[in-house]
Amino acid sequence: MIHVEGLTKRYGQSTAIDNISFHINRGEVVGLLGPNGAGKTTTMKILTCFISATAGRASINGHDTFDQPLKVKEQIGYLPESCPLYHDMDVTTYLTFSAEVRGVASDKRKGAVEKVISDCDLGKVTHKLIGHLSKGYRQRVGLAQALIHDPAVLILDEPTSGLDPNQIRDILSLINNLGQEKTVIHSTHILSEVEATSDRVLIINNGHIVAQGTPRELMSRSSGTTVYVTVKGSDVQGQLASAPFVKKAEKISDARDGFVRLAVQGADQRDVSLDLFKLAVEKDWLVSELKAETASLEDVFAKLTRG
Amino acid sequence: MKNAIAIFKKELRSYFSSPIGFVFIIFYLLVSNAFFFFVQDFFRQGQVTMRGYFAAMPWVFLFFVPAITMRLWAEEKKMGTVELLLTMPMKEWQIVAGKFLAAFAFLAITLAFSMTIPVSLMYLGKPDLGVIIGSYVGALFLGSAYLAIGLYISSLTENQVVAFIISLAAIFVLLLVGIAPVWLNALGSIVAVCEYVSLLSHFNNVTRGVIDSRDVVYYASVIALFLYLNVKNIEARKWR
Repeated sequence: MIHVEGLTKRYGQSTAIDNISFHINRGEVVGLLGPNGAGKTTTMKILTCFISATAGRASINGHDTFDQPLKVKEQIGYLPESCPLYHDMDVTTYLTFSAEVRGVASDKRKGAVEKVISDCDLGKVTHKLIGHLSKGYRQRVGLAQALIHDPAVLILDEPTSGLDPNQIRDILSLINNLGQEKTVIHSTHILSEVEATSDRVLIINNGHIVAQGTPRELMSRSSGTTVYVTVKGSDVQGQLASAPFVKKAEKISDARDGFVRLAVQGADQRDVSLDLFKLAVEKDWLVSELKAETASLEDVFAKLTRG
Repeated sequence: MKNAIAIFKKELRSYFSSPIGFVFIIFYLLVSNAFFFFVQDFFRQGQVTMRGYFAAMPWVFLFFVPAITMRLWAEEKKMGTVELLLTMPMKEWQIVAGKFLAAFAFLAITLAFSMTIPVSLMYLGKPDLGVIIGSYVGALFLGSAYLAIGLYISSLTENQVVAFIISLAAIFVLLLVGIAPVWLNALGSIVAVCEYVSLLSHFNNVTRGVIDSRDVVYYASVIALFLYLNVKNIEARKWR
């Protein structure tokens, strides 16, 4: 559906994205993840034909963004980063205008506008000026205009930025619903959003794709589950290190009354807290803390983007 | 063309969506009428002609037309809406054409309100309506040339005030080169070039009620040139 090959964009001396390649299948929801300035927005601007790449190619549904921009633009709905809208228009007028320029036939325009108004829950503000709406409503108007022509591909640049937690949840559930039938690319730097919505994640840093895969795959790239244990016994660290289920046992600190605190990683990255407990019982150790912590996407993200 | 019409409707609506459009028209009518009736002392002239009204038009438009065009691109750029506009399935020229036509329509509406003057003249005597109609057509040509220049300059900046001032300055220069030759006669052929380039010299025929095809070609070329530059400048965003 979306195919990107060797895409590079330079602004004067600085390189925004450098030789990026990826492929997105029809119906996938893909999260574009990366710190600010990583190249997410630049990638999206090229896909939407707002700017051209310095090198490389990008195509949507077989249409090249450089050679056939009109064909590409017809297939996409786009929500730019800061959700720019005409503040002097009311919601219905604006959506009707969007439908018109997006090529919705005049006899279907009214129906299309009504549909996105109900899909994006804008019923209460149809005749309000966009400039008078709250940020959350504006964001929904932005989404509504991106959906008005029922596009096959949705490109959403930070659709949740600046919203409160409830609004974020609404937008994410909307994206989830849309993802059932559309191909969606959305960018964010909030990881929980990606975990909640995306089939696949592309992590971009400094203009490069540093990792891609399902959220689960990416998490498994990290160190897995670490068990923190505070125990008292003889040669705890030595015995733990030689236990078959342990990959690595590291002493973190000495606790009070002869206890030591250790971080233990399982041999196959699994949670080994039960095995640890059994071992402690067997060896007659005293245990005052036993806690398993699974690495999150945040850890992966931090690891990949901090170099 | 469908897309250009959609843009046209959006822009024209936007002129009247706030009181600014109406305030603009009223202010224009006040200034131009005051100029005609009081500064040029129409009542003492004893002639039912609008020649003085149209003679002042290049200078009145100098301030009014840049105000019509200044926001057309600059505001889109400032608000970021340009990104949505240019990612909709339209060609750049369709957007430029729509914006230009909307500005033209607004100017034409403003001029239409000044028709109270010829109506008054018809009560006072027998004005030569042919000359007046010819002058109105000429004024639309002149105004359109100003609009094309102003629209292009608006696409160069995201600051409306900057767009206004630079448009005013550019048009001012194009007017002045038509006056300069009087004391530049020594330079010979340059005078002819300056006179040809000037927006002003081509308007002199118009105030006499003559629509010369050479003047029409001149104004059409200025309009075409600046609309073309505008389209190219919008397309050039892709490579910055």
